[in-house]
Amino acid sequence: MMQFMLLFSRQGKLRLQKWFSAYPDRVKKKTTRELITLVLARKPKMCSFLEWKELKIVYKRYASLYFCCAIERDDNELLTLETIHRYVELLDKYFGSVCELDIIFNFEKAYFMLDEFLLGGEVQETSKKNVLKAIAAQDLLQEQEMEESRGIMEELSYFVTG
Amino acid sequence: MICLHGHIVFSPSTGDKTLDGYQKKKYVCKLLFIFLLGHDIDFGHMEAVNLLSSNKYTEKQIGYLFISVLVGASSDLMKLVIQSIKNDLVSRNPIHINLALHCMANVGSKEMADYVGGDIPKLLTSGETIDSVKQSAGLTLLRLQRSSPEMIPLGEWTSRIIHLLNDQHMGVVTSATSLIEALVRKNPDEYKSCVSLAVSRLSRIVTASYTDLQDYTYYFVPAPWLSVKLLRLLQNYPPPEDPSVRTRLTECLETILNKAQEPPKSKKVQHSNAKNAVLFEAINLIIHMDSDPNLLVRACNQLGQFLQHKETNLRSHNYALISDAMWPMESWRLFKGQTERDVSVRQRAVDLLYAMCDRSNAEEIVGEMLEYLESADYSIREEMVLKVAILAEKYAVDYTWYVDVILNLIRIAGDYVSEEFQLLHSKYHLCSPNTRGLLLSTYIKFINLFPEIKTSIQEILGSDNNLRNPDVELQQRCIEYLQLSTVASPDVLATVLEEMPPFPERESSILAKLKKKKPTATAEGGEEKEKEPRTIPQAQVNNAEPSAPVPLQAVNNTAPAGNAGGAAIDLLGLDTAPAPAAPAASSGLGFLVDVFGDQPATNGVDDDALTAGAEENFKKFFCKQNGVLFENDLLQIGIKAEYRQNLARVGVFFGNKTTFQFTNFTSNLVLADSSKSALSVQPKAVDPVVDGGAQVQQLFNIECIDSFSDAPLLKISFSYSGQVQKLNLKLPVIISKFLEPAEMNSEAFFTRWKALSQPEQECQKIFKAQFPQDTEQVKQKVLGFGLSILQGIDPNPDNFVSSAILHTRNQQVGCLVRLEPNKQMQMYRLTIRSTKPEISKALGDLLETQF
Repeated sequence: MMQFMLLFSRQGKLRLQKWFSAYPDRVKKKTTRELITLVLARKPKMCSFLEWKELKIVYKRYASLYFCCAIERDDNELLTLETIHRYVELLDKYFGSVCELDIIFNFEKAYFMLDEFLLGGEVQETSKKNVLKAIAAQDLLQEQEMEESRGIMEELSYFVTG
Repeated sequence: MICLHGHIVFSPSTGDKTLDGYQKKKYVCKLLFIFLLGHDIDFGHMEAVNLLSSNKYTEKQIGYLFISVLVGASSDLMKLVIQSIKNDLVSRNPIHINLALHCMANVGSKEMADYVGGDIPKLLTSGETIDSVKQSAGLTLLRLQRSSPEMIPLGEWTSRIIHLLNDQHMGVVTSATSLIEALVRKNPDEYKSCVSLAVSRLSRIVTASYTDLQDYTYYFVPAPWLSVKLLRLLQNYPPPEDPSVRTRLTECLETILNKAQEPPKSKKVQHSNAKNAVLFEAINLIIHMDSDPNLLVRACNQLGQFLQHKETNLRSHNYALISDAMWPMESWRLFKGQTERDVSVRQRAVDLLYAMCDRSNAEEIVGEMLEYLESADYSIREEMVLKVAILAEKYAVDYTWYVDVILNLIRIAGDYVSEEFQLLHSKYHLCSPNTRGLLLSTYIKFINLFPEIKTSIQEILGSDNNLRNPDVELQQRCIEYLQLSTVASPDVLATVLEEMPPFPERESSILAKLKKKKPTATAEGGEEKEKEPRTIPQAQVNNAEPSAPVPLQAVNNTAPAGNAGGAAIDLLGLDTAPAPAAPAASSGLGFLVDVFGDQPATNGVDDDALTAGAEENFKKFFCKQNGVLFENDLLQIGIKAEYRQNLARVGVFFGNKTTFQFTNFTSNLVLADSSKSALSVQPKAVDPVVDGGAQVQQLFNIECIDSFSDAPLLKISFSYSGQVQKLNLKLPVIISKFLEPAEMNSEAFFTRWKALSQPEQECQKIFKAQFPQDTEQVKQKVLGFGLSILQGIDPNPDNFVSSAILHTRNQQVGCLVRLEPNKQMQMYRLTIRSTKPEISKALGDLLETQF
């Protein structure tokens, strides 16, 4: 299973962190620091796989963001590389040419997307269409709820102004 | 009120009652954002939990997200959360159910498993549940099983869970397969019937054309994730007993292998990665089953081909796979001569070599590994050395070869000597006299190179077996070498042994030790001048200084004064490292003089408070006279001092690192009250204007009248760009600077030692080592402190014995020092005796900080 996924910029700023196992806060912070340092030190042509403690680290850089996953020893790392790619594709399709800013300002959507794609550290749904459909349904609900509350406000104001 | 960049974010005074759901959701979301930026949040949890009970999807969603990210499994709020989850699970609203399931999968606490877990299997297998919920339920159940395995009894659900493999929704199958694999691992017998279903599913996928599976095809590869999961599932069982199932599986695997030979359907790396991921997993299965020789041979060939592949990632995975397979030599022949540039891949290649080694190819493999070792990165050297040693020992038939290997090993990787030495010596008695002679010569060289094992070697040389050996040659060698090692000083020894085949210079063993401390560093010269970005220390600096320059480039900066009109500030002509923003210098290479703290420019708010970092830099001058005392972005301050008996001349050099002038520059030496009568200082005034890029000097003539314990304070103030800068630094003029080392023989020493037997005349300190206990470095520090090194006084060669005379105007005080390192406990015992108790104590306090 995947143990965690970190997204960070080239300056070492963490943009997203998903932990699929329970770790104490202290450990999370330390791990994050160590891995960011380790990955940022790698040269461009180097292998995407690293051994770190008892885990394997799979990372890939997309523009200014590093996507870094930790998997267990017996997991398939080539496939994990493609898992990362699939996640990026999902974000790209949803945001339309996704960039780092999209993830910063719509972090909750990034998390929701991740939840539809991976769950408990395992790949859940590999059909891009299905995942995006689910997110679209969520967005629709959100809009409906906004409409409702706006509707009430308008009624109220009408009532007040006569 | 909580203000973020001037906007009011959360106002607790308004209270719950007036915050509606929408506002609550907004605030919780903002808190989450702040948390993700790296700040700690300790309120808002209750509000998030409240959101869970809202009917509105978006509010619930944010509430659950907050909980998943911020609330630990052991929190008190967890009970409330679990209650909400339970409510949502039975709500019959699939969207709410999914939210609850996701939360459980993310948090995965034992309590959740306990209270709510029991509802999930039913949800998972019921015909009424919609696909998306089934999917989530499967993986949620898996997560809960992992965190508390016995909580949810699954006996009655077994067959229904297995049946999910046949579901028509691929997403459901994907989730279910992961769940089943985990259950199978724990209880293979109970889930046996999944094998045939898994095989038929796999077969359908593999033989599908790429239009069949529609959206589950990834870059022309049909359902790669599911394929890999199924292949892994099957690795938990032996080859299927049922012949039809078995045949089907074999066909499947052959198809996968065939596809690997076909020309690729797409040039994209995603296609090849996915295809190969499935291929590798299939090969794993083939190896595991180990039943069909035909398949095995094909798989082997395939792997062999991959060794040559130009994709590094592929090769890396390949090595790992082969070494797991523990295979015979066909691949090895292809492997020969493989040079890997990427160190992590090289590590795997080495692992592979190690795994492949057996009696028939031991010599070749060890030879290959030694070659690798020569150019190996320090990070993997230690492991490699161990591996080579183990292999050599295991497969050594001919001891000459074994000795050769070990000698080579030590030559290349001199650091890890003592283990190797033990290994080597353990075979000593088995060797022929000639070999023994060779070994003895080797030992004497060791004494020269690795002083730390000198005593053990001397013991061996001095043992009866050797000294009275019937072989005259051996006897003579032993006696001569023993004398040589005892009598000769290290220099003589080095000269005597110099004409021997090249040995690594002394420098490199220290260098190697340095590198050992920092395994990620590349092995190029120990000088700090290198501009290679070794680690990215700024990543650790977090959000300390928003105005700090972009980190990655800072490491590549040239000398700090490079921007100040070209006039390089070369203080004292020393090798001081240039890069200002290089905390890499301070991390890990502790005992190399690190004079560069990365402190921001301080404006000493408190007039008498020491500037940040002043204390540490002050301490660094205890064992040396010259160096940089302080540096920030504006100013560099260096010290050059000379001491003779009770007189001192201290030159302080101020370098303006900027392009603008410093005005109203003043620098005054202030003595503590206790020191006023002990030190006489004659300062010279310093120019009030310091031009950009210029360096000015201030000379202090100091006389030590009596002993003192407080160092003088150097107070500096100047104006730069309209702002007043103040610095308060400790000038490293300490009582020990007025020590003159003294020589004496053992008799004289012990006479004096015994004479100073009163308890107050002795100061003893026992402390933990702050720096590595390297004999050579300790010796340099002792000498730098102003003490002599006396030989032949302490029977234990690891200990240091010194004596010195403290010169003041009023008196001269003799001091005797004994420093005993305990390397096992990483501690020291320091004993100082002198006629004056306050001096013993002062010296003790100072010296304690240096080791």
